This record gives sequence, C-alpha cells and structure tokens, in this order.
Amino acid sequence: MYMISPLIVVVLAALVGALVMAYHFQRRQALSLTLGAAVGAGAGVAGALLVMVPLNFCTFEAERQALDFIFGVVLIVIGMAIVLIAANWLVPRLVRRENLLAMADTQHGAFRAGVLPPLLFLLPTLGILGLFLYYPMFDTFRLSTLLARLGAPRSAFICLDNFTRLPADPTYMRSLMTSFSMAFAIVILALALSLLIAVMAYQPIRGARIYRTLLVWPYALSPVIAGIIFRLLFNPTAGVLNYVTGSLFGVRIPWLLDPGVAPWTIILASVWNIMGFNILFYIAGLQNVPSDLQEAAAIDGANAFQRFFRITFPLLSPITFFLVVTNTTYAFFDTFGLIDFLTGGGPVGSTTTLMYKVYELGIVNRDLGKAAAQSLVLFMIVIAVTVIQFRGSRERVTYGA
Amino acid sequence: MTLAARPGWRRMIPKRWYAHLILITAVFLMGLPLFYAVIVSTQGNADVFAYRFTFGDQLERNWNVVMNVRGLGGYMVNSFVVSMGIMAAKAVLSLLAGLAFVYFRFPGKWLVFGFVLLTLMMPTEVMAIALFRIVSGLGWGDSYTGLIVPFMASATGVFLFRQHFSNIPAELSEAAQMDGANPLQFLFRVLIPISWNAIAALCVIQFLYAWNQYIWPLMIVQDRSKQVVQVGLRTLVAGVETGDSFGPIMLGAVIASIPPLVVFILLQKQFMSGFALTRDK
Repeated sequence: MYMISPLIVVVLAALVGALVMAYHFQRRQALSLTLGAAVGAGAGVAGALLVMVPLNFCTFEAERQALDFIFGVVLIVIGMAIVLIAANWLVPRLVRRENLLAMADTQHGAFRAGVLPPLLFLLPTLGILGLFLYYPMFDTFRLSTLLARLGAPRSAFICLDNFTRLPADPTYMRSLMTSFSMAFAIVILALALSLLIAVMAYQPIRGARIYRTLLVWPYALSPVIAGIIFRLLFNPTAGVLNYVTGSLFGVRIPWLLDPGVAPWTIILASVWNIMGFNILFYIAGLQNVPSDLQEAAAIDGANAFQRFFRITFPLLSPITFFLVVTNTTYAFFDTFGLIDFLTGGGPVGSTTTLMYKVYELGIVNRDLGKAAAQSLVLFMIVIAVTVIQFRGSRERVTYGA
Repeated sequence: MTLAARPGWRRMIPKRWYAHLILITAVFLMGLPLFYAVIVSTQGNADVFAYRFTFGDQLERNWNVVMNVRGLGGYMVNSFVVSMGIMAAKAVLSLLAGLAFVYFRFPGKWLVFGFVLLTLMMPTEVMAIALFRIVSGLGWGDSYTGLIVPFMASATGVFLFRQHFSNIPAELSEAAQMDGANPLQFLFRVLIPISWNAIAALCVIQFLYAWNQYIWPLMIVQDRSKQVVQVGLRTLVAGVETGDSFGPIMLGAVIASIPPLVVFILLQKQFMSGFALTRDK
C-alpha cells in the first residue's frame, strides 16, 4: 500500500518540471513557452522515474517513516535536477541545430574510413570505463538499497534504510564533521603556505631553481610514506619532536594519543605531503602574471602588499580554484593511507574520515550495503563541493589579464 | 640599488635576504622529515632512543631485515610490474582514443566524448566496494590482472592526446593520406614520433598515481607474493610492534620512495605540461 500513489508523484514531477522549464526557456533561452513546458514535463517525469523505478517508489509506502518520505522527495528533486539540467543544455542546441559539443569536434584532415575504425580504436577505452567505472557506479547505487554482506549468498531490499539511519548514527555524524573540518584545515593551510613560499621562490634571487626542486619533491611521496615518516617523528616515546620540545620547553604533546591533537597531526602530515604540488602550480601561475602590470602599479605608488593582493592574487585565482578542488579531493580520499599508518582512525575515532569509515564498514565489517550508501554520500559531497567552488569561482575568477 | 652603492657591511647580506630566509626555512622544514628518516634507516634502536642525529652503523642489518626477512624486494618488483603495466596501457589506449576523436568523423561523437568526459567526475575510491565485488567475482583477486586491468583506461590521457593532436597541423594527416597511409601507420610513423613530450607527460602522471596507489591493492590482494610495496610496508610496521627496531621500516620507506622521487624530480617539466595540456581549452 502506498501513502501517496506513484501516479500522483509522477504527475507532480511533470508539473514542477513543466513550470520551471517553461519559465526558464522563455526568459533565458528565448524559446517558446510551450516547448519549455513540454520538455520540462518530459524531463520531470524522466527524472522522477530515474530514481523511483529502481526503488519501486518504496519511500512513499504507508508503513515508511517521515524521514523516508523526505529522503524520497530529495532524491526525486536531485534526479529531476540532473535530467532538467541535461535537457536545458541539449534541447536549445538541438533546436538551433548547433554543434553539440564543440570541444568534441576538433577534427582536421579526417580519414575517410567509415564508422568502424574509430569505434575499434575507442572500444578498449570505452570497454574499460564502462566495465570498471560505470558498472561499479551503477552497482554502488544498487548495493546501497540492500542489506548485503560480503560472502553471504542472499541479500534483501531495504529501501533507503542505509541512508535514513545515518543522521541518527553518532559515529557517522562525527566522521562527517571530522572529514569536513580536516579538509577545511588542510586546504587553507596548504594553499596559504604554498602561495607564500611560491611568491618567495619566484623572485629573481640566486639559486631560485635549486630552491624550487628542493620545495616540491614531497608530493612524489605517497600518503603511506608520509604516514610512516610522521609516525616516527610524532611517536610519543621515541619521537624526535617530543624530544626537542620536551628538552627545550618542557612540553611533550601527545601527538597520536589525544583525540584533540591527533587530527592536527594528520593535517600537518597532509599539508607536508601536498604542499609541493601547490608550490609547483603557483610558481607556474606566477610566471604568467604580466610584469608590466606590477611595474605600472609600482609607479603609481602601490606597495608590495597592495600589488600582491590587488594584482597577483586575483590573477592567480584560476590556479587557486584548481588547487582547492585537487586539495579537497586529496583531503577526502588520499589521506586514507596516511591515516591508516599514523592513527588507524583513532584515538576513539577522532581521525576516522568518511573514506576510512567506508573501508572499515565494507571490507573489515563486510557490510556492503551500508558501505555503498556511505560511499554515495561521500560522492555527493565531493561533487557538491566541486560545483560550489566552480560556481563561486566563475563569478570571482579572473581568466587571463 | 647597485652593489657598489651599498655600504661595506651590507654587501655581505644578499639582496632580498628575507626571501632567502623564508625559503631556507621552508626547505629545511620540508626536508627534515625525510632526512631524519634516512638517518634512522642506518641506525639501531639504541641510536633512535638516544636521539642521535648522525648516521648509524646498522644499515647492513636493517637491509637484511627489510630485504631477506620481510621480502621488500618482491613487493618492489610487483609495484614495478603493476605501475609499468598501468602506465603503458593508459598511454596506448589513450593514444588510440585520441586518434579516433581527432582524425575521424562518426555519428554520436559528442555522446561518446561525453561518456569519457563524465568519468572525470567519478572517483574510483567511491565505487571501490562495488569494484571489489566485481573484480573478485571475475576471479581476479590476488593477481596482477586485478591490479592492472580496471585502471587501463584514462579520461585524462584521452583529453591530453586529443588536445595535443588538435594542435598538430592538418597538413600532416592530409599528406599521410595522400601517400596512402592507413590510420594506424599514421599513428605509429607520424603522430607518436612527434608526441614523445605528451606521452612522457602522461606517463609521469600515471606512474606516480599507480606507484602510490594504496586502497585498491589493500582490498583486492591478500596473497603476499602479489602485493605491492605501499601495502607491503605494513608488514614492516607490524615488525616494529613485534620488536623490530625503527631502522628497517624507515629503510623500507626510503627504498619505496626512490622510484617516484627520481621520476618526479627528473620529469618535473613533463609532469606540469601534462596538467597544462588537459586544462586549457
């Protein structure tokens, strides 16, 4: 029995889609209202069905709880947004008979060889991507609705329980917080320090090239190696850091044993590991900042700080944006190896990031359904962070001089 | 200010001394962890706990533990096979795909291109759980196949070569066609010989990526004889807990870092140009 019948859900989706697209087509795309309404209704239905058919509309069943209902609506909105955005991109181009993906269409001196040879050349790439990226992605969605254990022959469909139980799970909410705050600290520290060092290394000083090489190499080391090395440095008994601070200031910090301190140890090691990458890109970016702008500003009486914040930093913003995205991905995913070797997620879960939790759940505890659901939440977060940064940067970023 | 105009003692201070000060501090702080690891790799625990900052005399003993007792050599060989395999496969498959995208017209090209483009937004880590089930289901657990095949294609590589090929004048392919060359001959005789820089760029990026991979081998390989070095280092860490000294684990970390360090430092320029190629429009 359904609390709300699937038919009503689909009709509502069609209505909302039609309204949004009719308005948007007329105002922004300069296309007809009816075309917008038709496309919007179709896209709305497609979006709703995209998420609800695999789920069999289970979130609207009478015996479900309010949270399931809310999650169902959110899912429909996400599904609709994806299809509507795609339609909004595709339909106007089709109507105007534009080149569909200008980027894809660089072709010069094309071979006249029919369809078969290019498809043969593409087949290995498409096959691998399809089998080992798209199919696992699809399978992750499927697994996330199941009660499935690794090695167990049977599994049961449990609707969105793997998701709806998350807000009430204190360890999950904690690792959500841990992931976000650690990523924030890593990105801010790694970018600020790298920019400072890159600006210094870019100046016309003696030995600039040697400095550059000596500053960027830590990026070549894996997070695992960073974890091993910092484990020695920060070791509570044998660690050289505590020996130095202990004999100089009489302070011994429980780097790996205190839940309040351990995240900072991870942050320090990550910043050390990723900084070389940032410095490399900032130096390359600085080489593209035209020097005549700097000189003109200097003649107008701008001091070094003004020149930096008014000219150099805005011109570096495309690089900063790229680095924020790569450093965020590093903080969410690549820190796994570092954490595994430094703290193992502890003490008392204080360094358990979302990725670490997925691994613990899926591989150590063999709970595939839960792990898949949490993977998807992690995926959404990373996509959302990237999109927000991209939109934000489009408004503020200065491309070129 | 010219050098001669400075008063005597000031000549001793280099220009922009503050930049040197900050850079030397940065180089020192960034180098210290690895430098200390190198020192400890030659020491026994007596030296470590006495905080001696000089090279010790235990290198041979540590080497023996690392190589003969813990078998790091085997892990290193596996890492070489796997990273070289991934790197070479990505280069070949991406070259072929780049050729198809730039030098052919076919219906639905934008759709195929979009299919490849979208994978840039899918981090492998997110579907590691499902991928694990699929790859073990194929019976590829504990094998090089399971470590290499899922990572043989590369959207980054496809874009890199597509970008690189579109900068090559069209006359080249027209001339080749006039001489009766088929697409594969054109690829191997004309494109590849003028694309070594782009190929090197992709290879550096992918070698570093493959060598430093950790989660996937940790999940899919249980058999120690097939394990890669990043995961193999765990046995050395476990050794510390069961009474080994810190020397062997540091030596292991240093040895495992040498290949990516050498590649990165020597091919820094190619590494950067690879990113530049995939980034501009």
